[in-house]
Amino acid sequence: MSPFSASLPVTSTRNRAPRRFGVDVLDLARWQFAIVTVYHFIFVPLTIGLAPLVAIMQTAWVRTGNDRWLKLTKFFGKLLLINFALGVVTGIVQEFQFGMTWSEYSRFVGDVFGAPLAMEALAAFFIESTFLGLWIFGWDKLPKKLHLAMIWLVAIAVNLSAFFILAANSWMQHPVGTTIAQRGDTTRAEMTSIGDVLTNSTLWAAFPHTVTAAFVTAGTFVTAICAWWMVRLMRSGKAADATIARDVYRPGLRFGAIVILIAGVGLALTGDVQAKLMFQQQPMKMASAEALCETENGAAFSILSIGDLNNDCEGVTRVLSLPGLTSFLADGTFDSTIKGVNDLQADYTAKYTDSAAGGEQISYIPNLALTYWSFRLMIGLGAGSALLGVAALWMTRKGRVTDSILLSRLGLVALPMIFVASSFGWIFTEIGRQPWVVAPNPTGVDGVWLLTARGVSPIAPGLVLTSMIAFTIVYSVLAVVWYRLMHRYTIEGAPLQVEDVSPERIGGTPGGAESDDSPLSFAY
Amino acid sequence: MDLAIVWFVLIAVLWTGYLVLEGFDFGVGMLVPILGRNDKERRVLINTIGPVWDGNEVWLLTAGGATFAAFPEWYATLFSGFYLPLLLILLALIVRGVCFEYRGKIKDPGWAAWCDRGIIAGSWIPAILWGVAFANLVRGVELDANHTYVGGFWALLNPFALLGGVVTLLLFLLHGSVFLALKTDGELRARANTLAGRLAVAAIVAAGAWAVWAQLAFSVPWTWAAVVVAAGALIGVWLANAKGREGWAFLFSAVAIVAAVVLIFGSMYPDVMPAFNPENSLTISNASSSDYTLKIMTWVAVALTPVVLIYQGWTYWVFRKRISTAHIPEPIGLSMKPEGSVTHV
Ligand code: HDD
Ligand code: HEM
Ligand code: HEM
Repeated sequence: MSPFSASLPVTSTRNRAPRRFGVDVLDLARWQFAIVTVYHFIFVPLTIGLAPLVAIMQTAWVRTGNDRWLKLTKFFGKLLLINFALGVVTGIVQEFQFGMTWSEYSRFVGDVFGAPLAMEALAAFFIESTFLGLWIFGWDKLPKKLHLAMIWLVAIAVNLSAFFILAANSWMQHPVGTTIAQRGDTTRAEMTSIGDVLTNSTLWAAFPHTVTAAFVTAGTFVTAICAWWMVRLMRSGKAADATIARDVYRPGLRFGAIVILIAGVGLALTGDVQAKLMFQQQPMKMASAEALCETENGAAFSILSIGDLNNDCEGVTRVLSLPGLTSFLADGTFDSTIKGVNDLQADYTAKYTDSAAGGEQISYIPNLALTYWSFRLMIGLGAGSALLGVAALWMTRKGRVTDSILLSRLGLVALPMIFVASSFGWIFTEIGRQPWVVAPNPTGVDGVWLLTARGVSPIAPGLVLTSMIAFTIVYSVLAVVWYRLMHRYTIEGAPLQVEDVSPERIGGTPGGAESDDSPLSFAY
Repeated sequence: MDLAIVWFVLIAVLWTGYLVLEGFDFGVGMLVPILGRNDKERRVLINTIGPVWDGNEVWLLTAGGATFAAFPEWYATLFSGFYLPLLLILLALIVRGVCFEYRGKIKDPGWAAWCDRGIIAGSWIPAILWGVAFANLVRGVELDANHTYVGGFWALLNPFALLGGVVTLLLFLLHGSVFLALKTDGELRARANTLAGRLAVAAIVAAGAWAVWAQLAFSVPWTWAAVVVAAGALIGVWLANAKGREGWAFLFSAVAIVAAVVLIFGSMYPDVMPAFNPENSLTISNASSSDYTLKIMTWVAVALTPVVLIYQGWTYWVFRKRISTAHIPEPIGLSMKPEGSVTHV
């Protein structure tokens, strides 16, 4: 059985006449979307977090003139660029795949959803791509402070791009500023207020949550790599190595660890805000996340539940749970009533079956096992980073430099975990929303929703299969290349010598004269 | 004026920006094996576009996003309909971008050779396919009453569209070689100049034939003006190039591409996707977003596009210097395997 187990009849649609689509295209389109999007989101959090961290490192160098910060800037800057390249190229697919495999979705939502996408390109992608080029190639062409401004612009722009794309995604989670409109023979969502779309409560929870997750990711990256290097150098037994460990990697490590801890607190707080919102906005998602089948007063938080993967509540057994905690997660009191999956299914059936499902009985329950476990893995796998942050600060307190293998191992475990945690966060968000692609908004605008099965393009399954295989092959190769390059540049370490090549230092003119024959400071 | 028409024009402007800018990137990428005879020369070629290619590509992303926002039906029909060509273009752009960025990261001839292959394939494929796609838009496609493309893949490869592919291929090769004559120095500059002269002749012949075919079979009278401008511009490229006026040659080849976009969009108007059965055509009015959305998007575009043009222009100014083999530093990439032993702790 497909893991997307909310199966749907596709005999009629709310929006337009039935097309020649079948479950095949639907399943393939969903798999393809999941593959390319999760893949894109491996690189994205590191870029969003690391670009500002590199900008801060470079700022420290420009302000203090201390070489260590330039070394760290160059070191992590290179890793950032290797990562950035894949974020960019996989993003190109993202921009077009709504049209390719989700054309009916696009017709329905384009009036609202297209706007933040276009704004993202105009406001964010142009800045980040243009100024990144200036940063990479401009070390000897731009005055020092102007060159520093380039990386800051990149850092701001990548975060801005997260804002706009999350505006689009939050609207699918919780449609606001919109109304249902008839246009010719089609029904579609139309925007009534861009202000509402950009101040969506869901967006203002998801955006800080995603950005703090990105900072935790980048902080973990910096801490883990600096820890590995510090420990390695301390164990070489050479005095020169110990100096580097103390002068370069220790400051880098402490910087990364502080980022983890500050952003980590923000991550937990915003996660809590998200959870409270989701209990109101998509109660089914949260009930599934808790494996809460029956409505409960003072609902317990499940630590471990097991089920039989039939995606119904019959097979769920709660093994271990904390009393009252789910109620607390929902609204801050321990004894509130939380609706269970079964009652919600009845509510949804009564409310939406005729209009959304064309009268057919369908399940409004997302994949329970995946929703339940992805929620726990998101939170649980993030814990490694918190531990790393605390351990790193403690072991390097008061000027200490450590050679503890424990710390470097912890870093090497926490590092992949945090990427996986982010992916599970999204898998939870998106799977938990099923069977809706645009989830109905129970607290505001009513009437704008779309079942995922209605969003898919009326195209031949073979096409989607072809593209899915092609993307998978190309992406797998790229993943290997990306990993090996990251690894190779990591074990190369920070440069031992760095040189200030800014024009004011080497006496050139910005941009350089036509006749200037000296080699470029940087070239591909 | 009707905002939907404004947006039709704005989308044409975004495509113009894309094709003019990434046009020469494609040209440079395609010419890597032809003009660059050794690694250093190839690096010169790649570095002429190194700082700017990603910024140029964002014009495509913006055109895509803006089409989604302003003409959702067009976005939906076009990209689900032209699925396979678009897939090939996307894969090509992925491989190409990665190869630009990763080529210098490892110091190894085999690595560089693989990246060159990626750059070459990643540039030739879209250079042809964009022409095929746009020619089909001029010619019209088979849409059903729901505005779904039902023509299948092979129907896209008709003679008119294939000739369109040849035209964009030659235009981009020409544009790229003229750009290289402008941005490089020494032997490469001379080689680019010679090649540009030949390509100009080929482009005049192919583009002329395609444009006349388009005019006679599918277009409207006023776009003859675009044809005349394009022809004049291509002749201008040839003349300027022959006289060594590289800046002018580049300007003329850019004008030729602008004129081609005018011809394409002019002949589609007032459709955005003409159908064989005109009743099923996607038109500016039946494909567009609501007035409110268009109004918002207009404000955004009017506020931001000039700013983008200013800072992208500034980038070109910062990197205005010609590059020759003398400017290319020793490779800074790492060796494939670390020197010395790395102990994993
Ligand atoms: C580094 C990874 C990471 C960690 C440790 C956490 N999250 Fe998270 N979470 C994400 C990474 C993430 C994410 C990938 O960034 C998501 C996906 C969509 C989003 O907005 O953020 C997400 C989504 C997400 C959602 C779903 C929102 C929706 O459906 O729209 C909730 C309810 C939470 N998170 C709650 C939490 C809680 C209570 C956490 C406990 C501390 C937590 N998250 C830690
Ligand atoms: C703005 C950002 C995003 C938008 C607009 C978006 C939109 C969509 C759409 C249209 C679908 C297809 C319908 C469906 O099958 O559910 C989908 C599914 C999915 N998306 Fe997202 N998504 C976004 C971000 C992400 C991210 C960042 C991830 C993960 C890293 C992600 C993971 C998934 C997954 C796993 C599915 C498949 C779910 C399923 O089919 O059951 N999404 N999303
Ligand atoms: C499915 C929805 C998504 C679409 C359509 C999309 C689109 C894109 C595109 C076209 C690019 C390349 C830009 C360039 O060439 O410079 C890109 C990169 C990027 N995207 Fe996505 N994206 C999606 C999901 C997300 C999400 C959910 C986030 C963050 C929360 C995100 C953040 C970024 C960032 C920071 C970059 C910059 C480069 C990098 O990733 O390394 N994207 N995206």
